[in-house]
Amino acid sequence: MSEKMSENKVTIKKGDSVLKGVGITRVFGYGKSRNVAVDKVDFDFHAGEVISIVGESGSGKTTIAKMILGLIGVTEGEMYYNGQPRDISSHKKKKEYWQGIQAVFQDPFSSFNIFNKIDDLLIDCINLMGMKHKSQEEKVEMMTEACSFVNLKYAELTNKYPFELSGGQMQRLMIARIFLMKPKILIADEPTSMVDACSRATILDMLLKLRDEIDMTIIFITHDIGLAYYVSDTVYIMEHGKFVESGSAESVIITPQAAYTKRLISDVPKIHEEWDLSTV
Amino acid sequence: MGKVMLEVKELTTKYVTRFNEDVYAVDHVSLKIEEGKSLGIAGESGCGKSTLALSLMGYYFSPLHYTSGDIIIDGVNISGMKPDEVRKSILGNEIAYIPQAAMNALNPTQKIIRFVEDVIHAHDPKKSKKEIYDMAVERFKVLGLPPEVLQRHAVELSGGMKQRTVIAISTILSPKVLIADEPSSALDVTSQKMVIKMMRELMEKGFIKSMIFITHELPLLYNVTDDIMVMYAGQIVEKGSAKEMVFDPVHPYSKGLMGSIIVPEAGTREVKLEAIPGTPPNLKNPPDGCRFAARCKYAKLECRTYDVPEKEFRDGRMYRCIHDVEYLKEVYGRDE
Repeated sequence: MSEKMSENKVTIKKGDSVLKGVGITRVFGYGKSRNVAVDKVDFDFHAGEVISIVGESGSGKTTIAKMILGLIGVTEGEMYYNGQPRDISSHKKKKEYWQGIQAVFQDPFSSFNIFNKIDDLLIDCINLMGMKHKSQEEKVEMMTEACSFVNLKYAELTNKYPFELSGGQMQRLMIARIFLMKPKILIADEPTSMVDACSRATILDMLLKLRDEIDMTIIFITHDIGLAYYVSDTVYIMEHGKFVESGSAESVIITPQAAYTKRLISDVPKIHEEWDLSTV
Repeated sequence: MGKVMLEVKELTTKYVTRFNEDVYAVDHVSLKIEEGKSLGIAGESGCGKSTLALSLMGYYFSPLHYTSGDIIIDGVNISGMKPDEVRKSILGNEIAYIPQAAMNALNPTQKIIRFVEDVIHAHDPKKSKKEIYDMAVERFKVLGLPPEVLQRHAVELSGGMKQRTVIAISTILSPKVLIADEPSSALDVTSQKMVIKMMRELMEKGFIKSMIFITHELPLLYNVTDDIMVMYAGQIVEKGSAKEMVFDPVHPYSKGLMGSIIVPEAGTREVKLEAIPGTPPNLKNPPDGCRFAARCKYAKLECRTYDVPEKEFRDGRMYRCIHDVEYLKEVYGRDE
């Protein structure tokens, strides 16, 4: 099965468009309670690029992430994956799509099945990648490698349940999963908002290292502008379901044009410039 | 030198686990805050920041137990008091506490004014409802909160508004010390700024005499407090003014913490983030010697054997490391 899939795979080089959206719209409800969560947005993500989608709560960031992942439908608009229209009409095609696109969420504890041991969680990833036929020894070797990539020891984790790990360990285990899956696109939805500044640095380091290794595209969904500035090549600023500003991190965050972006940046505490409290 | 509002001497408190093991989460902590000053406490998750906050209130309930040390609020030692006594005479009018998710503490079936009545009646049961209402309206106006909020239920308010309401209610008796434990980390940046602005106003208008602000978000701490204290594994490892601590840290751990700061300012993108390897020690059986030694780049053999005392090297600056300041400065310079 795995060979068949690799045949179908389109080879993408660094800089090629991996995911493109044209006029993407998502509407929740109808009639009086009609709510346009995402309103005709266009985007173009390239291989090996780090993108941040920044906005406040309720701006539609997570809705975009869910649409990209194919967890919810798109009301209007077209999405192109590897240059071809995205097709996730059947379960089989969805499974194929998910081999190339994966996600890390805010709360690592809600992302794991609490009744499964850590080994099973990692073996699931290997199986999903079409490597079910591999021997147990080979699987253990792969898991050990993945764990050591995120500075965890497989021998200490084996036979443990998710609740026996700390938040930082869990979040790193999520990255180990990504390491096993080696997706083309990774969506990181607020991956560091539950951990302290120190673990945040570790997690960002690991994600960027992974990006360099397998030319992965990373899409950060975040409200942390400092983080967006530090990690990303391209930043999209989102307000009420629309992108109000986009461009390179340097241009958007250091010389913002839109009033919304300016306000957002002025609200973040800084250490080299004066933090003006009179503007709220 | 201003009047000392809060003085803590060698405070030690412990958690007792269900297997009867002692975990010293606050270990010989001493600190002092003068009138009109604020102190920030920074550190990783699990370093004892929140336990210190709970201990300072003198309000202990299992599994947290008082072991030794003194807590002196404006000349009164509260460390030996019974929990009931503390609740009646200390909490609210001497010391106020705002937990992280304070906004979730509001009972959804009650109007906001009921909480104000609760706080005031706990200390002065004779006060009439009219008096309390007038007092609350006045305080809310001064703090820039619409007085209509008092007649609303908690569910009708936004997260940021709820948080500011809770802060206004808990400081209505003008406490001498306000302890804020991550008061803004559940909020978005704009609401956070409003909360911080309000806390500044509380200080400026003299409604609170001093403040302890706990967070792991260093840029915020830098902007809010006068002094910063860094905690590691239940101990204080460094203390100094906010500016000195952020730009000129001495202890290797503080140095690591400051290296993880991310701010959206020109030029900060090129600076490489430094993560401290490893995890904090288990406090059930803390290591001998310096507790940070296992993760420290500059650790020597002696670090793991001798207990390191707190060293004061300049007025108000203190650190806990076996190395001299000059040596540390030199090695930091070499590494950069």
